[in-house]
Amino acid sequence: MSDSSAVEPWIRRSTNPKFDRILVTPEGVPLNVTVATAGARVGALLLDLVLIQLISIVIALLCRALAFFFVMGGADFFGSDGPMGFVRIVYLISNFLLLNGYFIFFELGHRSATWGKRAVGIRVASRDGSRLTAEAIIARNIVRTVELFLPLAFLSSAEASGTMSDLTAWAGFLWVLMFLLFPLFNKDRLRGGDVIAGTWVIQNVRKNLGAIVAPSVAKISVDGAPLTARYQFSDADLSVYGEYELQALENVLRSDHDDALEKVAASICQKIGWEPGSGDERIFLEAYYTALRARLERSMKFGKRRKDKFSAHE
Amino acid sequence: MSTEQALSAAVLRSDRFRLEREADWIRLEDIVTKMEKGKSRRLSDDDVLALPTLYRTLLSSLSIARENSLDAGLIDYLEGLALRSYFLVYGTQTSFARWLGSFFGGGWSRAVRAIQFDIWIALFVMIAGAVIGYILVAGDSDWFYALVPGNFSEVRVPGASEEALRGTLFGAQNEDGLGVFAAFLFSNNAQVAIVAFALGFAFAIPSILLLIHNMALLGAMLWVFAQRGLTTDFVGWLSIHGTTELFAILLAGAAGIHVGRSIAFPGTRSHLKAASDAGKRAALVMAGVILMLICAGLLEGFARQLIDNTAGRFGVGGGMLLLWLLYFIGFGRERRRPGA
Repeated sequence: MSDSSAVEPWIRRSTNPKFDRILVTPEGVPLNVTVATAGARVGALLLDLVLIQLISIVIALLCRALAFFFVMGGADFFGSDGPMGFVRIVYLISNFLLLNGYFIFFELGHRSATWGKRAVGIRVASRDGSRLTAEAIIARNIVRTVELFLPLAFLSSAEASGTMSDLTAWAGFLWVLMFLLFPLFNKDRLRGGDVIAGTWVIQNVRKNLGAIVAPSVAKISVDGAPLTARYQFSDADLSVYGEYELQALENVLRSDHDDALEKVAASICQKIGWEPGSGDERIFLEAYYTALRARLERSMKFGKRRKDKFSAHE
Repeated sequence: MSTEQALSAAVLRSDRFRLEREADWIRLEDIVTKMEKGKSRRLSDDDVLALPTLYRTLLSSLSIARENSLDAGLIDYLEGLALRSYFLVYGTQTSFARWLGSFFGGGWSRAVRAIQFDIWIALFVMIAGAVIGYILVAGDSDWFYALVPGNFSEVRVPGASEEALRGTLFGAQNEDGLGVFAAFLFSNNAQVAIVAFALGFAFAIPSILLLIHNMALLGAMLWVFAQRGLTTDFVGWLSIHGTTELFAILLAGAAGIHVGRSIAFPGTRSHLKAASDAGKRAALVMAGVILMLICAGLLEGFARQLIDNTAGRFGVGGGMLLLWLLYFIGFGRERRRPGA
């Protein structure tokens, strides 16, 4: 959470920089992470609640099926001893386990996320970069009782007894609402449980290893010379752009749309005063990309970086 | 094109750097993906052993790439993979069985000893609550109805006859469905304990109020029985499970107070750091509280109905209390090394 975004060029600037954070691993390597938005958290929670509801319906049905068997076997339906008592115990205990154990069980797994969190692509992590412990998971989920189930119970009981018009009822409601809305009042979107457990919820990342950006540069054409040999750029040709433009060019090459290639090739040619040819845009762009990157990477070695075409020469 | 050919042909040094190492990255990604999908059993021993090494190699690759390469796609990939494997290497690696082992093997009792100060506060608050309840009802018996919810007592009210009260303490009238009763009591008490802990988050004041309220109820009930000279029998009736249950609620309240106190008075640490330190310690205590409440539910549901005399009840209740105290005070102490 250092404020060095102006100094360190590797710090990522995502579409919503408000949620960009740095997490330092125990090895001391800083990694870019993104805090999950309140919307994602709510979405995951709703999914989980629906799932819990579904599971509890399944439990109820199973218990009923079990009871049906016992009654068919001659058990007294209203007696709470013997088999029917057993069914009732199973029901009570499994509901308790479901309500309190669902979140803990799934967040203890390798992905540290419930089904709802997995679906929206977020996970629990330790805020200071240390190991996420079982205690932390238990702590953050025990507090959920006050944050979520208490307000819900409060609302439903107040609704049932018709006391919502009462001033004290409203005061109580505001108080429980305070826990519920807590995440909106801090920048890391921590809820009470996160504060107590030292955790936060961040977004998952999943990136594939793309191919080499400019593979044709290494290829040899039929006459024995490299494919790109006919494009030779002078120092002046390469000094018009910086890292920002290089990455824009990288994106164009990776996405490989003919229109975009043509347009970018034309604008580069115009910038460096070349006559734009046609039909060979990809090879031209790969040659230019490689040359530009080689130049920028070379000066990088001497600690000089050029952010974009507007910054001073290295 | 083979890797060697590609390597020799690559024009950019940063591309050569990537081609030299990408086999390791892809192997790591494969291991990570399998583990994330919960298929870690399909990994070979070699892969499992290689994970930490591959992870550290990847971190160093990332650091080098950040300083030497302008391939943004590559750096994004390395960054994502580093984060994913960091979570596996530093994830919740203990299996449930191992965690349980360390929990009973001293983790729990150490956590309880660590919040000793808060336990004394909670104990004081609870005793004060019971005394307040007793005094209030003794002064004006109408207080009883304010303190005790209606469904608690059809018979146990001020002015009830000795026979009626004695009937609630002894006799096998409730022997049907003891197991169900026990399960109900457990989930009910466990919810109360969880709330008592979780409310500690709000600077511990709600936890304290909850403890006082619950104990005032007990004090009020005690007065009703004391009026008919049934104090000892009532305490016996209560103690068979109460020593365990009240102890558990004491610990839950203390855990809540511990968290609230750390947030209010963090000392030299930051508020957030203090809260999370206290929270993890308190969570351990709470896991134990749930277990104690299971014991209490069983004692209340079965043992209380089956042991129908005060002496026996005192015996079981006292025995349980002794057991808990021995465990918390004596168990899992780390031997101090000389000079430490």
